[in-house]
Amino acid sequence: MFRNNYDNDSVTFSPQGRIFQVEYAAEAVKQGSVVVGLTSKTHAVLVAIKRNAEELSSYQKKLFEVDEHVGLAIAGLTSDARVLSNFMKQQCLSQRLTYDRPMPIETLVSMIGDKAQLNTQHYGKRPYGVGLLIAGVDETGPHLFEFQPSGMTQEMVACAIGARSQMARTYLEKNADNFNDCGREELIRHGLRALKETLVQDRELTVDNTSVGVVGFKETGKKALEFFKVHDGAEVKEWINSVEEDADAGGETAAEEGGAAAEGMQVDE
Amino acid sequence: MDHRPQQWGRPRDDVYGAYDASYMQNNGPNQHTQQPIVTGTSVVAIKFKDGVVIAADNLASYGSLARFTNVKRLRTFAGTSVVGFGGDVSDMQYLDRHLNELAIDEAYTSEAGHTLNGRNLHKYLSKLLYHRRSKFDPLWNHLLVAGLDEDDKPFLAAADLLGTTFTSPSLATGFGSVLAQPIMRRYAPDEESAAKLTKEEAVDIIKECMKVLFYRDARSMDEYSIAVVTKEGVELKENEKLEKQSWAFADRIKGYGTQTV
Amino acid sequence: MAMFSQNPVLNGPNYSFAEVPRDRVDGLREHRFNPYTDNGGSTLAITGADFAIVAGDTRLTSGYSINTRYAPKVFKIGGTNSNQSDATLLLSVVGYAADGEALKERLDAVCKMYRYRHNKPMSVNACAKRLSTILYQKRFFPYYVHAILAGLDEEGKGAVYSYDPVGSYEREQCRAAGAAASLIMPFLDNQVNFKNQYQPGSGEGHALAEREKAPLPREEVEILVKDAFDSAVERHIEVGDGLQMMIITSSGIEEKLLPLKKD
Repeated sequence: MFRNNYDNDSVTFSPQGRIFQVEYAAEAVKQGSVVVGLTSKTHAVLVAIKRNAEELSSYQKKLFEVDEHVGLAIAGLTSDARVLSNFMKQQCLSQRLTYDRPMPIETLVSMIGDKAQLNTQHYGKRPYGVGLLIAGVDETGPHLFEFQPSGMTQEMVACAIGARSQMARTYLEKNADNFNDCGREELIRHGLRALKETLVQDRELTVDNTSVGVVGFKETGKKALEFFKVHDGAEVKEWINSVEEDADAGGETAAEEGGAAAEGMQVDE
Repeated sequence: MDHRPQQWGRPRDDVYGAYDASYMQNNGPNQHTQQPIVTGTSVVAIKFKDGVVIAADNLASYGSLARFTNVKRLRTFAGTSVVGFGGDVSDMQYLDRHLNELAIDEAYTSEAGHTLNGRNLHKYLSKLLYHRRSKFDPLWNHLLVAGLDEDDKPFLAAADLLGTTFTSPSLATGFGSVLAQPIMRRYAPDEESAAKLTKEEAVDIIKECMKVLFYRDARSMDEYSIAVVTKEGVELKENEKLEKQSWAFADRIKGYGTQTV
Repeated sequence: MAMFSQNPVLNGPNYSFAEVPRDRVDGLREHRFNPYTDNGGSTLAITGADFAIVAGDTRLTSGYSINTRYAPKVFKIGGTNSNQSDATLLLSVVGYAADGEALKERLDAVCKMYRYRHNKPMSVNACAKRLSTILYQKRFFPYYVHAILAGLDEEGKGAVYSYDPVGSYEREQCRAAGAAASLIMPFLDNQVNFKNQYQPGSGEGHALAEREKAPLPREEVEILVKDAFDSAVERHIEVGDGLQMMIITSSGIEEKLLPLKKD
């Protein structure tokens, strides 16, 4: 039987120049349920599907507040995500203590990028088995960053990671041009529609399995913040209903988008 | 005379006595600062409608000796704030190097848009001062930070070697706190009245303060630096001369002034 | 001491005859940096049946100089965001202002981490205990402050905890702290705890019946606080400029700023 000799640790390259442990970690991200993030001129939004391990168990949390101006969504190992989330929380607190300012999002993201990279270059360490979407607002506006276990980070207009996230990405790519000028509500609805694309046949968004996180400016051009807040349960009902309605109303467009998504699927494979 | 090259430029033993070489090696324990050595005197600053005016003279004293007469005690930070230093000059120079490093780090870690504003800088410096006092190794300075806050409103705050911090429409360190502060408070008793001052008015008030300080603070001099911080940036002049000032009347003073013959 | 304030009026000229280095053949001359100062000011806190009020003046001094007329001494603690809009606790610190600021920030960070971990605000008695341990951790290099912590307890009653600089603490009905504590506290004893007040005509000696204790209504307490500070300003040079009053009730924290004499 084939046995891969180059995946015992993350310090050894394969002859093809690959580090298998890091690639396996990236697979762990794809096992996690899907999360979607997107930004406009004024807001950054995260939406997520929560999973429950069994019928009687509670739903696993997907969105976390880091500081008043930053939040994150996770796909992969929740326990690893908590380590990163705690770290980011501490960094944000200390930034406020030493400089009396909110942590710039880019700086925060590069910190976890560096932290994750260390795990890919030290013997006996394991890469984080989680991918993150970090949404936040700072003096340069709303931002969305993607983080991968390799330590890769990049700023995105919109992004989706986790199981079947390709479907959501296809939706986001198709509508990306509209996001910038979206209002808060419209941006959330785009997020939920992208999320819906990833659902298997008989599944749908419910108040139990959907989380929405929003952060942004209260008014355009103003510095007053709408703090990052995670909305669960009854709070997301209206939004879910509103995306269901437009699916019923525009049957044709829905079918069209479904077609595009199917194409996307094939590309993925 | 000893003409050997290794003696060139050295104080002559027959004049000054043998050099005490024990100063050159530090066998003993490392010492923390117990007192300032070369010092700068007051820094004065006042807020106005769209910024802050800050000034300090260019003198560094060694005790009562006017030791260095061209020491610039205002330094800009990131082109957006000004720090004015009173107290020990070597500690000022240490802080200056430290702030250079901080500004470079800050410029590199983020690509665009993020600079430390006046408030951020003041918080950082006060933390540094408090940290050092807690190690019993203080930086012997009293600082004023002039800049803008996150809403581009004028920001002015002080921090001293103990880490004590405060803000006020006008601030002064050292002798200025008794000589200049009353003058400035007359024009700007509260934030509202400071917000009505024009730039020209504020500059005039500061110049007036510098003049009073020159007349009555024996550790001051008539050449000074003055900076105006606004949204447009920092306008720093480092070699200003005090205007309409003269000690000529002093010739006529005998004794304590009441003596006439 | 003489050198650090750089203020000749307070400490004499920086290099006066008194400070000419003296040669002492015998013994060593000790010369030490003094890491403390007193920034003056006064605070007080009073509890009611369903509220607590913490107040402090806003003057910050060093020696005879007024550094600023507005430096708050009462802080909201334990909110989730930087403007502390959802804070549930109040902390007042008076004494050495830099230590006070450091203590406030530390306690606030503790409360924020507590909220992050437990998804609920810290109770006032839990925070009170934590504050005590924070102070005691620096037993041999203390935070040179007199702290007062206030909030609503688990029954919704006003709670005030007062501290000494090394962490001894006690829950009380009211407490005055800082420069004018000795002026304000006896007034509070009499007006809040009805000390030395007796029921008229109840008799003499042991028969003398104390006036029955009852928590005061909020309006009355607010007047009491203003009176206490007006009197303190009159007799203490380090107290004045502004009065900052924070009132904590079940509906949140309200802040009031009143003028005091600036002389």
